[in-house]
Amino acid sequence: MAEGAREAVLLRNITKSFPGVVANDRVTFDLQPGEVHALLGENGAGKTTLMNVLYGLYRPDEGEIWVRGRRVHLRSPRDAIDLGIGMVHQHFKLVAPHGVAENVALGLSGTPFWAPARTVGRQLKELSERYGLPVDPDRRVWELSAGEQQRVEILKALIRGAQVLILDEPTSVLTPQEAGELFKVLGRMKAEGHGVIFISHKLDEVLSVADRITVMRRGRVVGTVRAEETDKAALARMMVGREVVFRLTKKACQPGEAALVVEDLHARTDRGTPALRGISLAVCRGEILGLAGVAGNGQRELVEVLTGLRRPERGRVAILGQDLTRASARRIADAGVAHVPEERIRLGIVPGLSVEENLILKKHHRPPFCRAGGLRLAAVRQFAGRAIEEYRIMTPGPRTPAKLLSGGNIQKLILARELSGNPALVIAAHPTYGLDVGATEQIREILLRQREAGAGILLVSEDLEEIMELADRIAVLFRGEIMGTVLAGEATLEEIGLMMAGERRTVAVGEER
Amino acid sequence: MDWTSWLVGTVSRALAFGVPLLWGTLGEIYAERSGVVNLGVEGMMILGAYAGFAVAQTLGHPGWGLLAAAGVGALAALWHAFLTVTLRANQYVSGLALTLFGLGLAGLLGRGWEGRPLRAPLGAVAVPVLSDVPVLGPMLFRDQTILTYLGLLLAVVLWVVLFRTRWGIAIRSVGESPATADSLGISVARVRYLCVALGGVLAGVGGGYLSVAYRPAWTEGMTAGMGWIVIALTIFSAWDPLQAIWGAFFFGALYHLSFRLQAYVSPELLKMMPYAFAILVLAASGFGRARWRARAPGALGVPYVRGER
Repeated sequence: MAEGAREAVLLRNITKSFPGVVANDRVTFDLQPGEVHALLGENGAGKTTLMNVLYGLYRPDEGEIWVRGRRVHLRSPRDAIDLGIGMVHQHFKLVAPHGVAENVALGLSGTPFWAPARTVGRQLKELSERYGLPVDPDRRVWELSAGEQQRVEILKALIRGAQVLILDEPTSVLTPQEAGELFKVLGRMKAEGHGVIFISHKLDEVLSVADRITVMRRGRVVGTVRAEETDKAALARMMVGREVVFRLTKKACQPGEAALVVEDLHARTDRGTPALRGISLAVCRGEILGLAGVAGNGQRELVEVLTGLRRPERGRVAILGQDLTRASARRIADAGVAHVPEERIRLGIVPGLSVEENLILKKHHRPPFCRAGGLRLAAVRQFAGRAIEEYRIMTPGPRTPAKLLSGGNIQKLILARELSGNPALVIAAHPTYGLDVGATEQIREILLRQREAGAGILLVSEDLEEIMELADRIAVLFRGEIMGTVLAGEATLEEIGLMMAGERRTVAVGEER
Repeated sequence: MDWTSWLVGTVSRALAFGVPLLWGTLGEIYAERSGVVNLGVEGMMILGAYAGFAVAQTLGHPGWGLLAAAGVGALAALWHAFLTVTLRANQYVSGLALTLFGLGLAGLLGRGWEGRPLRAPLGAVAVPVLSDVPVLGPMLFRDQTILTYLGLLLAVVLWVVLFRTRWGIAIRSVGESPATADSLGISVARVRYLCVALGGVLAGVGGGYLSVAYRPAWTEGMTAGMGWIVIALTIFSAWDPLQAIWGAFFFGALYHLSFRLQAYVSPELLKMMPYAFAILVLAASGFGRARWRARAPGALGVPYVRGER
C-alpha cells in the first residue's frame, strides 16, 4: 500500500446490525485505485451487507465512509452512483422484458428526455469495444445468457462513470471459460485506473484475480493479505476458523438397478419458451449423477417435471421401472422419491408450522401419524424427536416455528423428512447453496450415506467443485439439452466448462447400465 | 329512421359513452404500469362525478367542475397510494375499500342535488370544416365535447411518454422490477405515488364527464359499474394507451347498444352485456396465457420492500 495515496474507498469501523444479528462489527476496509481487492468469506459472513452499506442501500449504525479522501454520507444508491461507485449484484438488477439499451438508460442522468434508448445504444457500442464487453443493445434482457447479462450490468456501472466497481459473487453464474473472460475485463479496468471489489467465497478464483484479499468471518474482518503472500490453505483457515479438509471420503460406486430413467423429455418454461429439448438420462441405485450447468438452462424445469410439479410436453419418466410421466407430486413421492427443492423456504417447508409438523408433512395423512382423520400427536412427537437427534437439527424445541431455524438447519429438517423411509431416488437441487462450511459438510455426508444405503441421487448444482467431489457421473445441461455425460474420475474442469458453454461431447460414456 | 342516421347516432353516442372509459383506462394503465393495482376506479369516478356536478352547479362553469373532479380523484388515489405504497397494505383490499367508500360518500353528499339539471353543462364542440363533411361530420365531429378529443390526444401523449422517454423507462421499470429501479437511484415510492395520482386525476375527470357533459345531472350510482369495466379494459388493452382507445369505444358502443336495442331484446339482458363481455375478456386473457400474461407488469400488486428479493 503506497503511503499517502488517497484511497478510492475507505470504510472505517462500520457497524450494522439487524434484529438478532450483528452483520458488520467494526469493519474497516480500503480500496486503492487500480487494484482488485477481494472480499472473501462464507455465506453470511457479512460481505454483501458491507457492500450494500458502501452502495447506499443500507445505512450503517456506526462508522465512516470515505471516498477519494472525502467523508461522505450515502442516503441512497443515487449518492453512491454520483460518487462513482457501481455495483453488480449477485442477483442481477435488470428489467427482463426490457431491451439492453433501456436497462442501461434507466435512471441515467444526461440522457435526452426523448428516445433515450437510441442515444444510449450508441454510447454502449463504444464502451463495450473499449473494455471488450460485447453486447447487442437491441436484444431483450431475458433472451441473454447469464454471462451476457453480467456484461450489461458492468456496462451499466461503467457508463455511469464508476471508478469503483463492486462485483458480488460474479462467477457463480458463469462457466469457467466465461469467468476467465471476466478476469481479462477486470485486468483492463485495472489498467484504466478503476478499483474493483470482488466478493467471493471461492478460494481459487480469489487467489488468481485479486491483488489483496480481506477475509471476513461472522461480521468481522479476520485479516487482509496480499495474494502473492498467501495460499489456499491459509485463506481457508482464516475463512472458517479451523483447518478444512478438502476431500470427502467416498466409497467406490456400485451401480444397481435403474432408479430413474428419463427418455426424450420435453417441457416449457412459465413463459412458454422451450426449457427441455429431449432430455434422456438414467440414475442407478447407489450412484450420484451430478447435473452441472449454468443456472437457467433447464435445471429448474427438469426437477419440477421429475417431482410432478410441471407437466412435460412429451417424453417418459420411469421411476423404479414404473411409468410416472404425468403423475401427481404425491404419487411420485409415494413411489419413493425424495425432493430437496432449490428454494428451500418457499417449497421445502411451511415456515409458520412447527419443526415437528414440518417433519411429518409428507406422511401426515396416514398412519401412524393420522388415524380417522385426527393427528396422533404422540406418534408425531416421537418421530420428530428421533429425526431431530439423528440429523442434528439445532432447534430450541420441536414446536418452534420452522422459519426461525438457520438455513443449514432448515435444510437438515428437509433432508430428515425426505430421507425417512429410505427413498429409492433422491432429487437434490442446490442442496448446500448458501450454507456455511459446517452445514455443507454435514449435508454432503448425509447424501453420501444415502447413496451407500442404495438410493440413486440426482444432484443438481451450480457448484462445480461440489459436483466433482460428490458425483459418480456428471451430465452437463445446456439450453435444455444434455451436452454429454462423463465419469467424475475422468472429467476435467475445462472439459465440463466447454460443455456448459454449449459444446457437445461426441462420445457419451457411462450411459450403459 | 333510415340506416345512415341510425349509424351516425350510434357511433356518435358510442364515442360519447366511451370517453369516461377511455380516461379511466388511461389512468389505470399508468397506475398498473408502475406496479399498483387500483380497484378503486369506480369510487374515484363517482366521487369525480359528484364533485364535478356540485362545483359546476355552484360556480356556474363546467371547467371548475372538471377541475374539482380531477382534484377529488387525485385525493382519493393518493389515499390508496399512501395505504399501498407507504404502509404496504394489500392493494386489492385498499382498492375495494376505496370503491365502497366513494360510492357511499358520493351517495350521502349528493342527496340534496338529486334530480336537478346542471345549469352550466359542458357543451359539444363542432369542429370547423370537419363537422360539415357528410355522414362523418355528424358522426365524429359535431356532438362531441372537448373531452373526447382531449382523451384521444392524451392516449397518444401517454403512449409516447411510456415508450419513448426517460420517464417511461422509469415507470415501466418500477412496475416490472422495483429493486432494479431502486438500485439505480430511482425512488420507487415517488414514481408509484405520481402514477397512482395521475390515475386518480384521469378517473376523476372520467366521472366528472358523466355528470357535467354526458348527462348533466346528478344521480346516485350514475357510474353504474364503469369503473369495473375500466379494470377489465386495462387488461384487454394489454397496458397499452393506444389500444385502450379501441377498447374504450368498443365498450362504449356496447353500452349504447344496450339502450338502443331495448325495443327488441329484454332490457335486463342488454344491461348485462358490457359486464358479461368484460368477464369474457378476462376469461379469454387467462387462456391465451403466454400472450397476455407475459405483458402484465412483473411486480403488479406486490408492495416493494427494499432488501427483499
